[in-house]
Amino acid sequence: MTQVSTAPGATRAHQRFVWSHVIEPYLYLTPALVLIALVMLIPLVVGVSYSFQSIMLLKPGQAEWVALDNYVALWSDTKFWISLENTLVWTFGSLFFQFTLGLGLALLLNTQFPLKRLFQAIVFLPWAVPTFLTALTWAWLFNPVIGPLPHWLAAIGVLPEPFNILGDPDLAIWGPIAANIWFGVPFFAITLLAALQSIPSELYEAAEIDGASAWQSFTKITLPFLAPMIAITVMLRTIWIANFADLIFIMTGGGPANSTQILSTYIFTTAFKKLDFGYASTLAVALLFLLFVYAVVLLALRRRFVRL
Amino acid sequence: MAVARRNPLLTLGKYAAILFYLSFALFPLYWLLKISITPDQLIYTEGTALWPTDATLENFGKVIWQTDFLRFFWNSLIVSLAAAAITTVIAAGAGYAFSRFRFPGQKLVIALMLLTQMFPLLMIIAPIYKIVAMLGLLNSLSSLILVYTAFNIPFATFLMQSFFDGIPKDLEDAAMMDGCTRFQALRKVILPLTLPGLGATLGFIFTAAWSEVLFALMLIRSEDSMTFPVGMLTFVSKFSVDWGQMMAAGVLALIPSCLFFIFIQRYLVQGLTSGAVKG
Repeated sequence: MTQVSTAPGATRAHQRFVWSHVIEPYLYLTPALVLIALVMLIPLVVGVSYSFQSIMLLKPGQAEWVALDNYVALWSDTKFWISLENTLVWTFGSLFFQFTLGLGLALLLNTQFPLKRLFQAIVFLPWAVPTFLTALTWAWLFNPVIGPLPHWLAAIGVLPEPFNILGDPDLAIWGPIAANIWFGVPFFAITLLAALQSIPSELYEAAEIDGASAWQSFTKITLPFLAPMIAITVMLRTIWIANFADLIFIMTGGGPANSTQILSTYIFTTAFKKLDFGYASTLAVALLFLLFVYAVVLLALRRRFVRL
Repeated sequence: MAVARRNPLLTLGKYAAILFYLSFALFPLYWLLKISITPDQLIYTEGTALWPTDATLENFGKVIWQTDFLRFFWNSLIVSLAAAAITTVIAAGAGYAFSRFRFPGQKLVIALMLLTQMFPLLMIIAPIYKIVAMLGLLNSLSSLILVYTAFNIPFATFLMQSFFDGIPKDLEDAAMMDGCTRFQALRKVILPLTLPGLGATLGFIFTAAWSEVLFALMLIRSEDSMTFPVGMLTFVSKFSVDWGQMMAAGVLALIPSCLFFIFIQRYLVQGLTSGAVKG
């Protein structure tokens, strides 16, 4: 696009062209680019380099290059494999319910009923609640002294007696998942609602004239139209949830006995509590690699199955 | 859908669903409020009852006057407002560039911005700590402002771009014909029209900065400069049975977010679909 004539008479025009097509846009962009480079991209490269070093702030002394030692340690670290398994449960457990409830809410909001605007504001509110507060509130709800949930769960027979599931290694992960569902439903509802509203209403009218049932118009019109949006939203959301450490870190700290430790909380506790920056970075690179593989696989699947 | 109006069973199902979503969204917040107004001596007997038999504002008084929460609140307010303001100004520039120019390297810049939204932010928590320590900025609010600003620029840029895209290009072309420079046209013609967009961006970034906790934990260890989340977590680990006070503090933390939420909820669809990756 920079193919311009540089014939002698055209230098002024050329200068103006360079100004308005190259220099001027970058004037508007420079502050953003400088900050992103300094605070995100350079630390990203530095972080990758940390994964080949031994850097422990608690053991003063020069950082040294240890080649692949951290990765070898990672391979034989049982905690890493436990975290990986928990990451899958956490991510897909949260995602399934967030998506189902979010889709239901979007469909509901796509119809008409009294006081809809107020309803919409209220059901979207959990999205605005600070995550640390979501985490604390749900941790309290699961506490048998001040929270109702253990008593309700015992009353309907899910728990033998009202105890705190956050202290039970078999059940603890469902605590943060519940909090995450509460927090994440609005996001899915909003994105899916935007997609729903872009479906031309003539399609539904035509289907109704042709005698289609509500269920038929849902599966034959709504779902195919939503499919591309669902694919991209689910992919981005998976990555986001897998990276999302706040809720688990605050509610259980990864315990009891690492039963809720996911990769991102493992990274954070390694960096924050142990101050072992080398190994934390190795874990982070592993997580990044896994997410990358996931995205590539999903994009390939999408190209094959969703035609649009 | 027209079908719902005719079939009474479907209508009933719809109102049941409305009720379900309402209680699911509100119940945890109701509980937070309920415990915060339950008097201390009733917590253990009525902690799990749906209504307290007595209500008091004592917990709020204690939290505000006898603890450090007011300072935490203030620190968080400074950090979040500063990050939101700086981010919005910088992102407005970048979003404007994306909306109005086609320039060499544009695809690369967009790809870089998207990349920053995809990788685990925890990857850079160690390098950031080292850099901030090297600059001697540990425990300072300015380091948090800088970090939050940079984190939110990509999302805010895409959001601002979507607002600029909605304003006809003819407007500034006309202003430039009349002798304005592009920057003057932007400042006098375009920005006033984007005010709601600027406000929405401000709100999104404020909400994000207000709730960030992991980097704040890492970079701030002294009580003087703790933000609200960090102060609250420290408080919880120290006084884990002062339920009423903790929840009163929680209710206070909710106020600014709710205010901004009321303001930005009209723009939620645009914000979440244009950024697409931001929760």
